[in-house]
Amino acid sequence: MSAVATTKTVFNMNDLNLWYGEHHALKNLNFSIYDHEVTAIIGPSGCGKSTFIKTLNLMNKTVPGVKMSGEINYNNQNILNSKVDLVELRKNVGMVFQKGNPFPQSIYDNVAYGPRVHGTKKKQVLDEIVEKSLKDVALWDEVKDRLKAPALGLSGGQQQRLCIARALATKPEVVLMDEPTSALDPISTLKIEELVLELKKQYTIVMVTHNMQQAARVSDKTAFFLMGELVEINDTEQVFSNPTDQRTEDYITGRFG
Amino acid sequence: MRKMFDGELDSLREKLFYMVEQAQHSLKMAVSSLQQQDENLARKVIEEAPKIDELEYEINNDAIQLLAKQSPVASDLRRIVIAIKVSSDLERIGDLSENIARISLRIGDKQLVKPIEEIPKMAEVVQEMLLSSFKAFDAEDVRLAKEVAEKDDLVDAYYGNLVDELTMLMTTHQQDIHQLTQLQFVCRHIERIGDHITNICENIVYLVTGRMYELN
Repeated sequence: MSAVATTKTVFNMNDLNLWYGEHHALKNLNFSIYDHEVTAIIGPSGCGKSTFIKTLNLMNKTVPGVKMSGEINYNNQNILNSKVDLVELRKNVGMVFQKGNPFPQSIYDNVAYGPRVHGTKKKQVLDEIVEKSLKDVALWDEVKDRLKAPALGLSGGQQQRLCIARALATKPEVVLMDEPTSALDPISTLKIEELVLELKKQYTIVMVTHNMQQAARVSDKTAFFLMGELVEINDTEQVFSNPTDQRTEDYITGRFG
Repeated sequence: MRKMFDGELDSLREKLFYMVEQAQHSLKMAVSSLQQQDENLARKVIEEAPKIDELEYEINNDAIQLLAKQSPVASDLRRIVIAIKVSSDLERIGDLSENIARISLRIGDKQLVKPIEEIPKMAEVVQEMLLSSFKAFDAEDVRLAKEVAEKDDLVDAYYGNLVDELTMLMTTHQQDIHQLTQLQFVCRHIERIGDHITNICENIVYLVTGRMYELN
């Protein structure tokens, strides 16, 4: 396993293990995620990709029977420490899921939801946040004249972009994306990928994807997981042109998985 | 999907090996045509040259199709990329062999100024290099590829000596300057073939290790 540390470390996993009851789902993970980069997590079904990404904002704490050991250092603080403020963590580490899941509310209220929960009440401030977030995801021009319209009336690609805007509205540092385009058509997929490339200038992005071409196109670093273990993490160009581990080579060339 | 892809990669490899054989054959015939002053053999080399060009075209086409359809990565990608590069070097070897055959026709059956033993020796080194590079490619043998590339120093040494010798002869055989110049061109063509084989060896190393090296 190799890691190239050239910028600020946002997450550092130190002997991270996770169990769902008896099932050892994540095994001795040791690696880092860096600032203003897109880190792609790839691997066959059941390898622990989604389980891992959900540790970064402790979403898996909602699953009964979960046990974790080791450290997840977020900006040098171990979030596995029981004293961590979950609300604050999830404000800073936002998440987007496979299928767009806008709330059954207006476009405006979807984006304003997070800031309101965190105490922002002034309309002008909320208006600015909503406009900036929707502009950041290149959705503003399409919806600016119908912000009060129901979010569920948007197309699949638009809904997913809205969900990203919703995540951005709380001004996170990190955006987690769990297969963000697998439910979308190719054109919407490319729009989201272009968006990710823009967003990394302001945010750190961790993305789980089944689509290896997507990982190759979009990410700076690629991590290959297999049966709960991290097999290899390296610069994406390196992983896809000359991986160090034979298992990585076999997976990305389609010999298994 | 993988089975079909593997089949297509095998087919690409076979075509490449066939092209190596054609290039070897062409080079051997061209040098023989010069050594034996055999005009028919020279004409055969020239007639068969388009076959090698056609193979380069086919290999390029097949490789591009694979890149477009299969989005290859890692060793698959390297294999396809070097097929394109190696076919280009083999096509140049074919052209250079054809050039040697044309010179053979130009010299015809005129008495050679001096028996040209050194030129066939130089050609033999290069033919051996081409054969060995084929073995290195087949076995994906980095050590052998590097050994072959080192032999290019010998080819360059022959070239240097031969050019000097032929230049010296021009001062004493001014009526044969045309023939001597043509023979210098032959040496140059063989030297360039050595360089192209070195390129092929560099590509073999890249295929296996994923790293580019200058071998000479």
